[in-house]
Formats: sequence, C-alpha cells, structure tokens
Amino acid sequence: MTNPINANNDDKNIIFDVKDLNLWYGNDKALKGLDFQIKENDVTAIIGPSGCGKSTFIKTLNRMVELIPSVKITGEILYNGTNIFDKSLRVEELRSRVGMVFQKPNPFPKSIFENVVYGPKIHGIRDKRKLMEITETSLKRAALWDEVKDRLNDNAYGLSGGQQQRLCLARALAMEPEVLLMDEPTSALDPIATAKIEELIMELKKEYTIVIVTHSMQQAARISDKTAFFLMGELIEVDKTQKIFTTPRDKRTEDYVTGRFG
Amino acid sequence: MGVEFMHERETKNYSNAPMNKSNMNRRILIDKVAKMLFLSSTLFALLVLGVLLYRIGTQSIGWLDLDFLTGKLSIFPEKAGIYGVLLGSVWLMLVVTPITLIIGVSTAIYLEEYATKGRLQTFIKTNISNLAGVPSVIFGLLGLTVFGRLFGLGSSILAGGLTMSLLILPIVVVASQEAIRAVPGFLRDASYAMGATKWVTIRTVILPVAIPGILTGSILALSRAIGETAPLVVLGVPTLILKVPTSVMDDFSALPIQIYYWTLDTVLTPEYANLAAATIVVLLMVLFLMNSTAIIIRNKFQRRY
Repeated sequence: MTNPINANNDDKNIIFDVKDLNLWYGNDKALKGLDFQIKENDVTAIIGPSGCGKSTFIKTLNRMVELIPSVKITGEILYNGTNIFDKSLRVEELRSRVGMVFQKPNPFPKSIFENVVYGPKIHGIRDKRKLMEITETSLKRAALWDEVKDRLNDNAYGLSGGQQQRLCLARALAMEPEVLLMDEPTSALDPIATAKIEELIMELKKEYTIVIVTHSMQQAARISDKTAFFLMGELIEVDKTQKIFTTPRDKRTEDYVTGRFG
Repeated sequence: MGVEFMHERETKNYSNAPMNKSNMNRRILIDKVAKMLFLSSTLFALLVLGVLLYRIGTQSIGWLDLDFLTGKLSIFPEKAGIYGVLLGSVWLMLVVTPITLIIGVSTAIYLEEYATKGRLQTFIKTNISNLAGVPSVIFGLLGLTVFGRLFGLGSSILAGGLTMSLLILPIVVVASQEAIRAVPGFLRDASYAMGATKWVTIRTVILPVAIPGILTGSILALSRAIGETAPLVVLGVPTLILKVPTSVMDDFSALPIQIYYWTLDTVLTPEYANLAAATIVVLLMVLFLMNSTAIIIRNKFQRRY
C-alpha cells in the first residue's frame, strides 16, 4: 500500500496534520495509526461503513470525543502547527475555532436569536447591536434569514427539521470558526433539505475548511474535494474525490465505493 | 477481511400453532375482574380520604374562622388561635427552602456534571438514596445532638429548620439529579462544541431545562417538611408558645406540632379536638397549595424539545 499522506500533494495550507493517531474506548481500539492532512478550504469527506471510526475521528478534531468516559488517545493532531492535545491550547479555544454541526439537529430550547448568539455571548460579546448584526450575517450565510427574519424571538423548536439544521449551522458560523466539522449533517433530513445543506456547503467552502462525515457516497462525490475512506479504524485511502471514485488504488476502497459492501 | 457479516437468521414460524379461541370468554372475564379489582383499590383509598376529610371538616365547623387564623394561642379553646403557629411554619419554610435548594441543587450538579464516574460517586449516590429512606425521628435525634446541643441552638426556628433541611436534602438531591439527568445529551454537546465551559453549559443550557423538574421535586420535598412532626418533637419544640416568633433564634411551634399537642390533651379538654381539626384543615390547605404550585410549574414548562 502506498503512503496515503503523499496522495494529496498540493500547495494549500495544512489546517490539520494528523500524526499516528490512535484512540481506544476502554480496551477497544477505534482509530489505528491515522496519518493524514486536511488542507485549507477543502471539503474533506470521510466515508466508510458503520463503526469504522469516522464519527470518532471527526469528534477527535475538536476533542469532543473526550466527553466520552474511558477514551484514551495517543499521537498528535497539529492544528495550524499546534498540537491540539497540548496544554497550551485550551480546549474551549480550539472548539471556538473549529465549529461543529451534528447528525441530529440540536438547537437549544430557546429563541432563534438566542440560539445564534449563544457562541458569541459566551465568548464575551454583550453589545445588542453587534449581536443582531452577527445574527443576520450568520443566518444569511446559512440561507435561513429570509425564512425566519420576522420571528427571531420564536422558539427554535417551531422550525422544521431542515430549518433547525441550518439554524445549527448558523449557530456554528456565528462563532466565526476556521473549520466546520459536520457529522452526517443530512442523515436526519429529507432530500430537499439535504440539497439545501449541500448547496450551502459548496458556498461555505470558499471561506471555511470543511470536514464532513457522510454515509452517502453520492453526497461525498457531489460536494467534496478530498475523500478519505475508513475501514475498521484504519485510514485505507485518501485522495482527490474524483480519483477515489474512479481509480482508487486500494481494492477495498473500490469494493466500497462501487457498493460491493457497506 | 471481516466485512461480510452475513448472519444466518434463525427463523421461527408460529403460524402453525393452533390459535386457542375456546377460552376467549374466560380471558375477557379475567380482564373484567382485574379492572374491578384495581378500581376498588382506588376507591378504597378515596373512601378513607373522604371519611377523614368529612370527620375533620365537620369537627372544624364553627372553629375555623378568621379569628382562629389571626389569634394567639391560649389554653382556653374559645380564645385560641394559630397565628403564631402558622407563622412558625412559615419561618421554618423560610429557613428550609434556601438551605435545601442551594445545597441540594449544588450537590446534584456536582454529582451529575462534575464528579468523575467511579466508585466514590456510586458510593455517594447510594448513600444519598439510603438517607432518603431514614425515618424522620432519627434526623430529629441528629438535630437535637448537633444543632440543639452542640451548636447551642436549642429548640429555635434555626435548629428546627436545619434539622428539617437535613431530612429533605436527600429527596431534593435525588429529584434534582433526575431532572439534570433528563436533560438530553445533545444539548450539552451543542454547548461544549462551541467552546463553552462546564459552568457556562450548566448555567445557560442544563439548568434552564432542568429547573421545572428540580422545582417540582423540591416543592414536594418541602411539603413533606411542613407536615413532619417527629423531628420537631424530638428537638423539644415547646407545647404552648404565646409569643409570635420574630427571628430565627426564637422558639416556635409549627402546624403539625400543634395538632399533635392538642390531640394529646383532648382527654381533659374535649374542645381541643375541634381546634386540632381546624388546624388540620389549615395544614391540608397549605399542602394543597404547595402541591398545586408544583403541578402548575410542571405544566407551564412542559418539555419543548
């Protein structure tokens, strides 16, 4: 097997540099010696069968995985050159720069406005006018503004599932992160809502680095620049998306993307 | 390559089993009997409550009036009022409520959100649950030893309040823990993923969602405290207090205590039974009010996620 690191050489900045990352849940090894790089303004899709460690991996990038008891991690992940496990980088700071959208829409049981400004508020912005500005920009970026501008004070749970997910996206964007992690963001949505989110991802990649876990290979093929294929905790192959889907180097990747298993 | 998981599925076919319809009538009959059994159990409880309320209600007629509520205690039944006693109960609640809410909710937050899951935490949790089942008279003895004698608080409102707080703290802790645990994990995740600290997450996400449950449980615990007699008897709360309490260091009497003493003395003064009945009605009304408040709070903040 050729070294997957060398597979995506281009001159973009490296945002995440994953080096020999291993992760255990108790005694079960969930990630096995991962080595790869995530480049600036790329959409990196992570595909693989259930239980292959895709979600674990993406949650490691913002250290959310550590909220699960009994997790043990070795190796390092350099974020803009700093090891995210280093004491000098506080986890709160990492998470404020690496936003996340979850599988199931998870707005707070608060108003739409309160949801969007949650991040800015906890990081110290109090000025009402500034918060209103952030709300408008974020909701516009998440293509939700027109639908909710007249009811910003309504409870977020009055929105449809797709709108809730875009609200969660707006909430993450309000933090002005550099990176957006998306853990199967459309798996709970209908096709139309899914198409909207995909359109948004295409738009957002101009400004953000996006890592997306997806179960749908069509989705990976449609929206990503790079695709990483995981199998049983190992990174089998990472390359330009087109290459993964047309001429993968590994037999297992080929079997998976052609639907022979998974 | 362990990717082909083709499990041989064991299939059982039940369609050949003969359906037994012959005892249908019997099953329907059993169903009816079961229903009657459960209904009569419920009715029995209601009946007992009804008799109790009727007895108390008729006994208190003519005794429960404004003068009774605003008058001071007296050894003469016609002149006796429970103003001081009512205030004693109010004072008691003023001590118990903040202590139990602050300590109880803080303990619950610590155990649910901060404490690392391990043996120590399991040990603490088990013991809190055990404490909730300890008879109140034992808490009374503890209160007498620690607050009454050791701290020299005697049988003051403060001593009574602290003792009652100990009594209901385990209930408040357990109720608050359950309310906090019921907050869905995805809300915590959303907050942590935005770089919120634990405390910010607790303050802005967990508590607002958990507070209805915490309040409901706490009010029910407080209504237990307002009706408890044994701890106060053990603490030595005096029989006849003519002075209306004005501070937490004053001696006091409370509604259930007064009911107890008046009932004891009915042999000599039969009218005390009427006074006790009237006091019971007042106590029941207070309890009813508190429980209604708990229900209203619970309904007002129905889960919205």
